[in-house]
This record gives sequence, C-alpha cells and structure tokens, in this order.
Amino acid sequence: MPKPRSIAIRNGRLIDPGNGIDAVQDLFITDGKVAALGEAPEGFQAELEIEARDQVVCPGLVDIGVRLREPGYEHKGSIGTETAAAAKGGITALCCFPDTDPVMDSAAVAALVTRKANKKGKARVHPIGALTEGLQGRLLASMAELKKAGCVALSNGEQPLVSALVQRRAMEYATTFDFLIVLRPEEASLRDNGCVHEGAVGARLGLPGIPEAAETAAIARDLALARHTDCRVHFHAISSAGAVRLLRQARDERLRCSSDVPAHQLHLTEMDIDGFDSHCHVIPPLRTIEDRNALRRAVAEGVIPAICSDHQPHDRDAKMAPFPATEPGISGLETLLPLTLKLVWEGDLGLTQAIALLTCGPADAMGLPAGRLHPGAEADICIFDPERPWVLQADAMLSRGRNSPFLGWEFQGQVTHTLLRGRLVYSRDPT
Amino acid sequence: MSHRDIQLDKDGRLRHFLTIEGLKQPILKQILDASDFFAEVGERPIKKVPSLKGKLVTNLFFENSTRTRTTFELAAKRLSADVLNFNVAVSATSKGETLLDTLRNLEAMHSDIFVVRHNDSGAAHFIANNAAPHVKVINAGDGRHAHPTQAMLDMYTIRHFKGADFTGLRVAIVGDVLHSRVARSQIQALNTLGVSEVRVIGPKTLIPAAARSLGVHVYHNIDEGIREVDVVIMLRLQKERMSSALLPSEQEYFQLFGLTEKRLRLTDPKAIVMHPGPINRGVEMASAVADGPRSVILKQVTFGIAVRMAVMSIIMGAAPNA
Repeated sequence: MPKPRSIAIRNGRLIDPGNGIDAVQDLFITDGKVAALGEAPEGFQAELEIEARDQVVCPGLVDIGVRLREPGYEHKGSIGTETAAAAKGGITALCCFPDTDPVMDSAAVAALVTRKANKKGKARVHPIGALTEGLQGRLLASMAELKKAGCVALSNGEQPLVSALVQRRAMEYATTFDFLIVLRPEEASLRDNGCVHEGAVGARLGLPGIPEAAETAAIARDLALARHTDCRVHFHAISSAGAVRLLRQARDERLRCSSDVPAHQLHLTEMDIDGFDSHCHVIPPLRTIEDRNALRRAVAEGVIPAICSDHQPHDRDAKMAPFPATEPGISGLETLLPLTLKLVWEGDLGLTQAIALLTCGPADAMGLPAGRLHPGAEADICIFDPERPWVLQADAMLSRGRNSPFLGWEFQGQVTHTLLRGRLVYSRDPT
Repeated sequence: MSHRDIQLDKDGRLRHFLTIEGLKQPILKQILDASDFFAEVGERPIKKVPSLKGKLVTNLFFENSTRTRTTFELAAKRLSADVLNFNVAVSATSKGETLLDTLRNLEAMHSDIFVVRHNDSGAAHFIANNAAPHVKVINAGDGRHAHPTQAMLDMYTIRHFKGADFTGLRVAIVGDVLHSRVARSQIQALNTLGVSEVRVIGPKTLIPAAARSLGVHVYHNIDEGIREVDVVIMLRLQKERMSSALLPSEQEYFQLFGLTEKRLRLTDPKAIVMHPGPINRGVEMASAVADGPRSVILKQVTFGIAVRMAVMSIIMGAAPNA
C-alpha cells in the first residue's frame, strides 16, 4: 500500500506534555508531518482516517540506551526485529549503544547502522558512538568523525575507562563538539565479580554482591569531572536511592546533567531474584524496596526526567546457565509503555507525567528533535488504548529476545497504532 | 517457581536436596534419624545394604574436591548403587559443551541421582530445574550458596554429642562467612532445629553486611563471641583472601580469630569444636585444639558417609523408616 499523504486521527485524547496539551482533539498529518491540531487545514482531504475515540494519542515514545545487537550479535537481535518490537511498543525513536561487533567507534559502523535503520527500520535509530577506541577505555575515539556520521552522543557503555584521567580528557575533548556523554555509572573495581545487589537476598543466596557505592562513587566522580570540564552528561540506568540523592544535588546546582531509569527498576527488587531467576539478572542489579521507592519518587518529582527500556535482547542459551554465568539484561522495548502506565494505575504518576517521561523527557535529555506534536513536527505518533488489559506472552513478542521477567504479567494499556513519519509502522488490528 | 517448592514433591517429600532453606524441621529430623541407622550399618563387618541396587549415582564435579566426592562415592557404594565419577574442569565446559549439554549427555546414560558441585551459586537449582523428571539432584556445594549435606552431617555431629534437643544450644561459627556455602547451610539448619542462638564471628571483610538478616548475632571479637557457647564451628580460610585485600596476613588472622586452648576456655566447659576440613593448622586453629579432646573433626568425616547414605535413600524413596 502506498504511503497515504494525508491522515486524520479522530477523536483521540491528545496528550503532548512537551507542548502542554491534554485535550480531545483531531490531529492531521500531511507529508509525514503534523499539519494541524483541532481544526483541519484548509482543503485537507484524509486518505486514511484513524478512529481514536477513548484512546490516547501522544508523541511516539523516545527510548534511550537500546541494544539492537547488529552488527555482530544477530542471533540476539537485528535492526529489523528490534525496531519492529519498538514500533509495537509505541517507540518511534531510540538511541542505540556502541557495543556492537565491530564496535561503533568509526563512521563506517555508525553509517552502516543508520543506513540499515533508514531502509528497514520501523523506528528512528540514533547511534551513540563509542567514547574510546574499541571501547577499550584507553584512547579517545574519533569524535569528530562520529559526530559527522550522525552520532547523538558518546558512551563507553558497560565498559570501564582505565582511569579518571581518561574520563576527564574524553569529557574535555567532547565539549569541543558539544557532544553529550552517556555514562553507565559504575566503579568497576567495586563491582568486583558481583552479579546482584549487595544486600539481604544476595547474602542468603550466596550471590556475589555489587554495593550501592559502586554506582554512587562513579556518579560523584563523574559529576566532579562534569563540573570541571563543563561537559554535558547523561547518567543511564540509575538503580539506587544514593544515586537519586546525588542527582537531586546536581539538579539544584543546575549542572548540565540528565538521567534515566530502566522501567524494570521501578517495579522489581532484589526479592525477585529469589529462586535464581536469571531473567532478573540485570546490571545494575535490582536493589531494595527503598531504592525502588526512591526511584519512583525521583521520576515523579522530575529529578530523573526519563524512563528507558534498557533493552538487551538475548538468545535462549544466554539465560540457560547458573545465575552468575548468565548474561544480564531484559528485552524491554515491548514493556516500556505498559510498565510506565502501571505507575499511573498504582497512583505514583499522573498520565501526562508518565507520557512526558517517555517523550519530551528523554528527547530533551538526548537533544533530539522528537517527543512533541506541534504543527510542523515529524508525525511520529503513538496511539494506545489505556483501558485494554493484556498479558505478555513470549510468542507474541516481536523482539528476537524473549528474555523478560514480565512474561505472564497482566498489563493495562496497549498500543494500537504507531506512526513513523506519517506512515503506519504498527497496527494492533491490521485492516 | 520459588526454589522452596522445587526440592519437595507434591506430597511434601524430599525430591532433591539443594538447600536447607525452606525445609521444615521434620524433614531435617528424618535425615538425622535415617543417619542413625546408616551409622550403625557402618559399624557392621559387612557395611553394604541393597537399598539402591541397580541405581546409578553420577558425581558431577565442576570443582576439585577429593574428600566430598569420596564420601559421596562411598555412601553410594554402601547403598549398592553404581557410581560414575564425572570431573569437569570448568574451563573445559566454557570452551565447548554447555552445562546443559553435559547434563543431557549424562541423562542419556540413565543416571538416577546427580551429585553436583559447581563454583556458581544456583548451579544445583539450575540442574534440578532442567533435569529429566525422574532424576534427583543432591547439591554437594554450589558457589557460596549452599552445602546442605555438610550442614546435616554437622547437625548429626552436634546431636551425637549434645543430644537430640537443640533448643538450649548456643553455636558460634567463626571465620569467612561471606564466601562460605557451609556457613549459610549451617545457619539455616541450626535455626530450623531451634537452637537458642547462632553467632557468627569474623572480621568485617568476611561477614556479609546483611548477615543479621540470616538470623544470626554478629561478633567481630572472638573472645566475646565464643563466650559460653556449646559448639564452635571453625570455617576454612582460603589463601586468596589475602591477595584480594580482605585480610592483611594469616598471622594477624590467627592472632585475632584463631582458636587457641586459651580461647577455648571461654566457651562452655563441654563445648565441642568442629571444622568442615581441610584445616589450616596455625591459621584457623592451633594444632593443640584440632587434635585436642574437644575436637570432633574426624567424627564429622565418619558421620558424613552415614548422612549422605541417608539423604540418597530418602530422595530415592528407599529410606529405612520411610
């Protein structure tokens, strides 16, 4: 079917927190862009009409820190499969990490990913380039080249830098290009060989622990360096109450710093690893109920402006081993919205606030022109039925990774349509 | 889903023996009572009973261990089972065959019981979760998690010397609790059997910060910790604790936490001294204590065979009083 040039989305509850809109309004799309809200533009003729009565129409969701696994780990996921999963989850823009094989430390690899994403992808893919060559933590990656290739930020992902000096130099050099640095805060030596939170459950199960201080020590150091270098930093995958305290200080100090929290950290705790459930093996680890509650407060109060999926799809074998030997990570694209909505139903967030944490929040943190629906904006749109109950089933997942601790969970709220550049990339009930 | 269920069948009988956690007192007592029977068998001129005739017990050891493997082997043979010893260096599996592949291959040889030792916590649970339904799994030590047969032979030893009533007892566990699967299982067993107090004693680097949540009292001073206890259990100290900056030296450890005759006087006069072996003399305890009248360390080894016979026959539904 050729792409319709004009689309009308009728009678939906339009929630666009970035523009302060929450009203039942029609939305009109022409040539892949938002043409008008409310009243149709003069002479508008819809080639496609989407009835959205009782549904929420919002900007397509923006997700920070996704693993697409391509190139190099296609047995876990590909740009095709993972962006299809994103579309099913209402996500239209995502930032992908550089820990591919080969590592995304050159324009060639970044270009490969964006080219493939443009051709086959059902979501916008914004690459995060490697901060150091080969992610080895020693030598700076070619930042100018990566900038030119369209990388929106730089990160060393899970890999540690060899010293604070390399961190400082990388930050200084990055500011030359006003590059954002995405940090997964962890003092590697304090992690030791840990695989769970250092707490009561880990002590009982004899699983080596990672102390909260591994996260807070790294954040404190990185904030000091950010202050010193005036570098823009984003802390990815926050997991502890101590980290929230530091981020609150940074906000009060008006540092150029943002952060995100994985959706699973807002629901699961160390108790969920009981019975050695390898689907709950994530890094940073699931921590205590107090940490989880502090993280919930932090998103409610705007200390953490974004919720992410921290999507890490795996093949089955990666989780079929004794707990410490399994690979950490959750396939999270398809549960990002439902887990965030769950916070609304549990009374921790307002609906508008929840949507902000998935749209303008992450978009602003990453400096992306996304997450808003004003006339002239790209028509990247998510439509969901906020009432619809459904159960997450492995067979229904589009991600190649079925590694989710939420299989069998009942959720309320399901995506019905996802539009990317005014094109329908997902529809729950295909016509 | 919870590991509390996996080791029991639908009638609440022991199906696998993976951890003490979640087991109720009657099951622990069943093991101790059955051990009495098998200890008596060990005293006979002919030490074999036909309980597991025609059954195959596979010792699946991913970590080197001579003594634990030997006692399991001896226990299985005294029950008339066939025994297959399968020693897998961890490096060999990490190169090719996965743990699951190894398991499938051994299942194809019609093993009835897997006795598993592995360096990862949770390995025995993983195997029990993925083994064929008729296969029983006994945990012979997984990472830092559990070593339930060792804990039960320790309970048997305590019962032998202190009587069947555990409720009045004070027990001190001294040393590297952080890395010890033995300590975790002992703590759970002692609390399940209703002792009045379990104390753990050691430097802060070797006691988990969350130790209290395990149901123990924490002491960092041995002279305070062993005061008036009825049982002292010493844990083995691995050499690598010094190289990973957990302790300055063996000498300092011995000075601060080593069990000497002088310190032993602080305990109840009838207190017994235990150690899961092998002992580092002059590190965990003085030779005079290890070889002294209060030491029951060699008795533990003897009882180990009877307790493992008891566990194997119970999970196979062939216990003498089942």
